[in-house]
Amino acid sequence: MSEISMTVNGRAVTASAASDVLLADFLRQNLDLTGTHVGCDTSQCGACVVQMDGASVKSCTILAAQAEGADIVTIEGLATNGDMHPMQKAFHDNHALQCGFCTPGMLISAIDLVSKNPDPTEAEVRKGLEGNLCRCTGYHNIVKAVLAAAQDMRG
Amino acid sequence: MSDINYLKAADLEAAAASLKSASEGAYLAGGMTLLPAIKLGLNQPSDLVDLGGIGALHTITVDGETLVIGAMVNHYQVANSDDVNGRIPALADLAEGIGDPQVRNRGTIGGSIANNDPAADYPAACLGLGATIITNQREIAADDFFTGLLETALEDGEIITAVSFPVPEKAGYAKLQNPASRFALVGVFVSSGAGGVRVAVTGAGASGVFRASDAEAALSGDFSASAIAGASVAEGGMLSDIHAAADYRAHLVGVMAARAVEACG
Ligand SMILES: Cc1cc2nc3c(=O)[nH]c(=O)nc-3n(C[C@H](O)[C@H](O)[C@H](O)COP(=O)(O)OP(=O)(O)OC[C@H]3O[C@@H](n4cnc5c(N)ncnc54)[C@H](O)[C@@H]3O)c2cc1C
Ligand code: FES
Ligand code: FES
Repeated sequence: MSEISMTVNGRAVTASAASDVLLADFLRQNLDLTGTHVGCDTSQCGACVVQMDGASVKSCTILAAQAEGADIVTIEGLATNGDMHPMQKAFHDNHALQCGFCTPGMLISAIDLVSKNPDPTEAEVRKGLEGNLCRCTGYHNIVKAVLAAAQDMRG
Repeated sequence: MSDINYLKAADLEAAAASLKSASEGAYLAGGMTLLPAIKLGLNQPSDLVDLGGIGALHTITVDGETLVIGAMVNHYQVANSDDVNGRIPALADLAEGIGDPQVRNRGTIGGSIANNDPAADYPAACLGLGATIITNQREIAADDFFTGLLETALEDGEIITAVSFPVPEKAGYAKLQNPASRFALVGVFVSSGAGGVRVAVTGAGASGVFRASDAEAALSGDFSASAIAGASVAEGGMLSDIHAAADYRAHLVGVMAARAVEACG
């Protein structure tokens, strides 16, 4: 066991965990942040995507120990004082989810995409979400939501 | 997983020493290949020695007519580096085509070439540009580095520190990607420069990346897509799997080589 410390959703956290625990498991089991989902556990589906030091990463393919000292944002950290993040609001408004399993990872990836490319084309949104699989929506409304959120976030 | 020790090395000496004292140690870079392999039980190290804390491995520098990329530089950084886009845009394009954004945010050039997956993109760039692999012990020409399927010239415990690419006059990369993984079904990297014409093929060879000497000869006389139109390579030695049969891969080598030449502009 080792002590692992990082900042999660703006809060400094320390927990004792096995040195080879995955970041996804650390978030879900040690910190009870179960909004980060584990879908494939083989680095393919993107359900587990969180933000680490500003970049979207697959938390099933990173050791918590590698994130020592890092700044992590999960789905639980997106809303401020109960107000949804513009990306969350756009997903809501555009019916961009059905079962919702892919949604946490989808949102974090979409926010990373728009932060790097504030005015993406539809093709760029589709390419930017290649790491996130959705088994319900057919992607159409997800792409619509990301384009709407990008416009909203540009102001 | 199963009781693996984790250690973040502060410098190259500490990393090499930690690996030496471990019973079954492995270096950890982006973890995009190694951690899935451990989860699948294909790899069972006793200790992981993380190279991520070694600052010197994270830099991209231009030294005259060579571009030197540190082993821990990730695919996103290569794709978006002004130095890479200015000197070898084909290399930036190649990095932008690896996997997906989250793989690019973590996976590194050092990890990719140390692993030498037969369908990986970077081995084609290293061989196709005549790069030199720099380690903590020596310098290895790309021609001598990729020795077979998932095999390299690296000794036990040897650490790749950087890859040095001579800046070519022109270079291009084209791949037909496996739509599920985005690894290369067949990828061809071509370049023309001080070292002559080089054509390197990934995704196709049963022993991993290789140089297509017939295509090199044809392009040396006439560097144009038409010079290699209809060219293919012998089926013998081609990979054959559920994604593509050997004859299809052999055919694709010619198609991708022509597209790579066209991509040179
Ligand atoms: C979903 C998915 C899609 C992908 N698609 C592609 C693709 O389209 N094209 C492609 O080329 N790749 C693809 N990859 C692989 C990806 O590029 C990996 O990042 C890369 O192959 C390994 O790099 P890494 O930094 O993650 O290395 P790691 O996984 O950390 O390490 C890989 C191996 O290299 C060794 N190693 C790492 N660094 C060094 C070093 N500096 N010196 C000596 N040994 C070292 C490790 O010990 C290990 O054996 C994909 C991966 C995933 C998960
Ligand atoms: S659970 Fe991490 S990529 Fe699927
Ligand atoms: S909404 Fe069900 S997987 Fe995407």
